Amino acid sequence: MLTYEIVVIGGGPAGLAAAIEAKKNGIESILIIERDGELGGILQQCIHNGFGLHVFKEELTGPEYAEKFIHELKQMGIAYKLDTMVLDINKDKEIHAINTIDGFMTIKAGAVILAMGCRERTRGAINIPGTRPAGIYTAGTAQRFVNMEGHKVGKRVVILGSGDIGLIMARRMTLEGAKVLAVVELMPFSGGLTRNIVQCLEDYNIPLLLSHTLTEIRGKDRVEGIVIAKVDENKKIIPGTEQEFDCDTLLLSVGLIPENELSYNAGIELDPITYGPTVNEAMETSVEGIFACGNVVHVHDLVDFVTQESRRAGKNAAGYIKKEIKKESQTVHTHPEKGIRYIVPQRVRIANVGQKLDLFMRVDNVYQDVYMVVKINDKEIKRIKKKHLAPGEMESLEIQKDDLVCEEGSMISILLEKEGA
Amino acid sequence: MYDVAVIGAGIIGTFVARELSKYDLKIVLIDKEADVANGTTKANSAIVHAGYDALPGTLKARLNARGNTLYDQVCKQLDVPFKRIGSLVIATNKEEMDTIKVLHRRGLKNCIPAMKILTKQEIIKMEPNLNENVIGGLYAPTAGIVSPWELAEALAENAVDNGVELKLEREVIDIKKIEEGYCIYTKAENISARYVINCAGVYADKINEMVTSKTFTIHPRRGQYNILDKSVGNLVNHVIFQAPTDLGKGVLVAPTVHGNLLVGPDTEDIIDKENTATSSERIALIRKTARKTIDKIPFHKTITSFAGLRATPDTGDFIIQEAEEAKGFINVAGIESPGLSAAPAIAEYTVDLLKNLVGSLKEKTDFKPERRPVLRFMELNAEEKAAVIKKDPRYGRIICRCESITEGEIVDAIHRSAGARTVDAIKRRVRPGMGRCQGGFCGPRVMEILARELGKDITEIVKDGPKSYILIN
Ligand SMILES: Cc1cc2nc3c(=O)[nH]c(=O)nc-3n(C[C@H](O)[C@H](O)[C@H](O)COP(=O)(O)OP(=O)(O)OC[C@H]3O[C@@H](n4cnc5c(N)ncnc54)[C@H](O)[C@@H]3O)c2cc1C
Ligand SMILES: Cc1cc2nc3c(=O)[nH]c(=O)nc-3n(C[C@H](O)[C@H](O)[C@H](O)COP(=O)(O)OP(=O)(O)OC[C@H]3O[C@@H](n4cnc5c(N)ncnc54)[C@H](O)[C@@H]3O)c2cc1C
Repeated sequence: MLTYEIVVIGGGPAGLAAAIEAKKNGIESILIIERDGELGGILQQCIHNGFGLHVFKEELTGPEYAEKFIHELKQMGIAYKLDTMVLDINKDKEIHAINTIDGFMTIKAGAVILAMGCRERTRGAINIPGTRPAGIYTAGTAQRFVNMEGHKVGKRVVILGSGDIGLIMARRMTLEGAKVLAVVELMPFSGGLTRNIVQCLEDYNIPLLLSHTLTEIRGKDRVEGIVIAKVDENKKIIPGTEQEFDCDTLLLSVGLIPENELSYNAGIELDPITYGPTVNEAMETSVEGIFACGNVVHVHDLVDFVTQESRRAGKNAAGYIKKEIKKESQTVHTHPEKGIRYIVPQRVRIANVGQKLDLFMRVDNVYQDVYMVVKINDKEIKRIKKKHLAPGEMESLEIQKDDLVCEEGSMISILLEKEGA
Repeated sequence: MYDVAVIGAGIIGTFVARELSKYDLKIVLIDKEADVANGTTKANSAIVHAGYDALPGTLKARLNARGNTLYDQVCKQLDVPFKRIGSLVIATNKEEMDTIKVLHRRGLKNCIPAMKILTKQEIIKMEPNLNENVIGGLYAPTAGIVSPWELAEALAENAVDNGVELKLEREVIDIKKIEEGYCIYTKAENISARYVINCAGVYADKINEMVTSKTFTIHPRRGQYNILDKSVGNLVNHVIFQAPTDLGKGVLVAPTVHGNLLVGPDTEDIIDKENTATSSERIALIRKTARKTIDKIPFHKTITSFAGLRATPDTGDFIIQEAEEAKGFINVAGIESPGLSAAPAIAEYTVDLLKNLVGSLKEKTDFKPERRPVLRFMELNAEEKAAVIKKDPRYGRIICRCESITEGEIVDAIHRSAGARTVDAIKRRVRPGMGRCQGGFCGPRVMEILARELGKDITEIVKDGPKSYILIN
C-alpha cells in the first residue's frame, strides 16, 4: 500500500492549485492522480483567450494558464500520476486506482482533495425527442475533436444551449469553415458570459434564439435536420412557431454537472442544487479530512475563482494534516433565499474564519438594479447594490469577521431585493 | 451452396442459427445492419416473462412457458447477464384485482409455476417505493431480466465459433427459387441455400412475399422508454407491471441487468418500419402512466430515451411454419412480445420443423456450447484486478469513466467472433457510452481504438449504420 499525507484526485486547475498550496503550507508528501494523459484538465482544450485576468492580470489561453501551474508544480517536485483512474475512495481515505504501469493500487491518504471537475449534460438528460443518428455531440466533445485532435465534425451546425462552451464552439466551428445556423436557448436569457455572447456570436452574426427549444431531430444515419419552436413563459412549446433547419450537426451545450460518483459512493453529502459536495469554510466535505474544490463542488465560469477556491482547499487540507484546524467550533449554515440558487460554502465554523468570510453564489434569473442583502438570523448585516446579475455569472461577497458574531445553529441568508422595495 | 440461410440476426435469428450449429450443416446468418441485434432486439423491455399473459393454446403461450425455463442454462453457457428477479402485476382497484385473478388462472392453464396472489402488505414489503394505493397483485417468481442484445451477440459469437458464417451489411432485396433451393439477392453478393429461415422481424412479411403471395402482414407498433441512471436502479426490486385495463396495458418499471431503471413502453400503431424516433408527447404520457403506480420515480435522472417496434402479425399468434407456396422456406414471423422470452423455445421448435422437412439432421460431435468468458473488469476483486492488469496492461486503462470500462475489454469485444465494428456495437457489448455521459468523453477514444484495431482511418469509423459517419474528412 502507498501512503501520502495528501492525495489530490484530478489534475485540472483545481487540483494543481490545491496541491501547490498544500506544499507551500508545509506538506511534503503529496500525490496528484489524473486520468488523462496530461495535467491541466479542461483547460487543455480551451485554446481561446480569456483566462487569468484576475490571478495573473493578463489574458492567457487555457493551456498557457495551465502551463504556469504545471511548471510551478514540477519545480516544487510534487508527485503526480497520469493515465491513472481513481475507481473508488472511502471514508477512511483509502483510494483504489489503476493504470497500465503500476497496475491496481491501494493508496492511503491523510487527507484527500477532490478535484474531479465536471461533465457535460447530454441529450438524454434533457430528453430531446427524435431519432438517434450520428452528428450529435456535446459541445465539449466537439471541442476536443476539433481543438485537440484536429478533426472536423460537421458542416452545417445548430447549437442547443447557450452556455459558455456552446458560445465558444459557435465561434470555433465558424473559424473552422462550418456554417453555424443558430444558437438556440430555452431560457429568455443566455447561460453564458456576456463577453462570450459578444465575441463569439455577435461578431460573427450568429443568431441567438432565446425562449426556443428543439422539438425534433431528423435523420436515421446522420443528422439531416432539426425542428425548433418558441416556448412561452412556462417553457411550453407554442404551436405554430416551428422552424426547420437543414443541418448535419447538432451541438449540445446544455449544462455541466459536477463529477461526483466517487463522492457519492464514499457517502459524502451532496447538495441537491449544485450536485457537488456540501462544504464548510475550509472546503471540507461532510466527511472529515476529505476536501473538495473547483468544478466538482459547483460549476465555475472563471478559472481564477477555481484557483482561489482551490488554494483555500489546499491550505486547509495542510492545516488538517498539521492539526491546526479547530474542529470544535460553533457552526452556522448558509441559506439561499429569494433570487439566489445556492451558496458555497454551506457550513461555516466561526472559529476558523480569518479576517473575513468569502461566500460564492449564483442567482436564479437575470436581474437589473437590485440589492444583494445578507442577513444573520433575519438581521440585516450587509447590503450591496448590483446593476446586473445573471445566472451565467458567479457572484461572490465578503463578510467581515466582526459581523459574524452568532451562535451555534445560526443562519446566514442571502436574498435579492428590488431597489426601492 | 449453404444448407440453411437464416435471414435476420435478431434474437430469433441468432438463436435459430446457434441451435442449428449443433448439427452438421453449412449455415449462413444474414443481416442488413452492421451489427447483429440492431432491430427490435436492441429496443424492448428486456423481460423474460413468466408466461401467464398469452392465451392458453397459442404458440405464444406454449413457447413462452418453455422458453423461460431454458434461460438459465443458455445464459450460463454464454456468460450473459440474466437475473430471475420475479415480476409483480399491481392492482389499485377492484376491477384490476379481478384482472389479476384472470391472469392467475391463465397462468395456471399455461402451467406457470409458483405464481401467487399477494396482499397489499406483502407487496409493500417487497416493494416499499410503490404508491400507497396498491391493493394487491400477482407475483410470478420465474420472471427475469436479461440483456437481449448481449444475448444475441453471444449467440452469434457462439454460432460463428461453431461454424456458422455471419454476413452483415447484406440487405436481402430479392429471393428466387432455384432448383436446389433458393437464391438470396443482396447488393454485395448472391447467396444460395437449400433451406431459408425468415427471421426478419418487422420485415418478415416483405421477405415472405419475395417467395409467395401475401399470406400475412406485419404491422409495426412502436413503444418508447426512458432509461434512468444507475443511482436509482434499485427503486424497485422486481419487474413491476400495471394491471391491464380497457385503456391499455399500462407501463412497466423494472431494473435492468446493468442496474439502471427502465420505464415504458407505450403502444402506438405506426406505418414506417424504420421509425424508431421518440416523441415528447409519448414520453410525457409514459411518465404520467408510470406515476400511477410509483410517483417517486425521479425522471430528472433520465439518461436516455429510445423506441422499439413490435412486429405485430395480423394473425394474432407467432407464425412459425413452412410457407405453403414455397417448400423449404420457413417463416418465423410475427414474433412480437413475448418473443424474447420464447426465443430459446422458438429456436428448438424451428429446428424440429426443419428436421421434419429434411428427414433427419446429424448432430455434431464437437459442438462447443460455451463461449470464452467475458472479462468484466469492475466485477473483479482487488487481487483479480491487479493480476489482470499485470497480464495485460490494457486492462489498466479506463476508457469509459461512467461505467469504468477498460481498453482491454473494448479490444476484446472487437476481436471476438461476430465482433464489434462500430461505436454503437462496442457500446452494446461492453457499455462505454451507456452511462451518464452517453459517450461524450469516451466516444472519441472508442473511435481511436476501433480505427487502430481494425486498421482503418478514424474518419471511416461510423456510429451504427454504414452512413452514420461521425467525422468528416
Ligand atoms: C469550454 C470552457 C470554456 C471556459 N472558458 C473560460 C474562460 O474563458 N476564462 C476562464 O477564466 N474560465 C473559463 N472556463 C472555466 C474553467 O476553465 C473551469 O471552470 C476550470 O477548468 C475547472 O477546473 P477543475 O480543475 O475544477 O476541473 P477540470 O479542469 O475539469 O479538471 C478535473 C480533472 O480531474 C480529472 N479527474 C476526474 N475524475 C477523476 C478520477 N476518478 N481519477 C483521476 N482523475 C480524475 C479529470 O480528468 C480532469 O483533468 C471555461 C470552461 C470551459 C469548459
Ligand atoms: C416495445 C417492445 C417491448 C418488448 N418487450 C418484450 C419483453 O419484455 N419480453 C419479451 O419476451 N419480448 C418483448 N418484446 C418482443 C421482442 O423484443 C421481440 O419478440 C424480439 O426482439 C424479436 O426478435 P427478432 O429477432 O424477431 O426481430 P429483430 O430483432 O427485429 O431482428 C430482425 C432482424 O432482421 C433484419 N432484417 C430485416 N429485414 C432484412 C433484410 N431485408 N435483409 C437482411 N436483414 C433484414 C433486421 O436488421 C434485424 O436485425 C418487445 C418488443 C417491443 C417492440
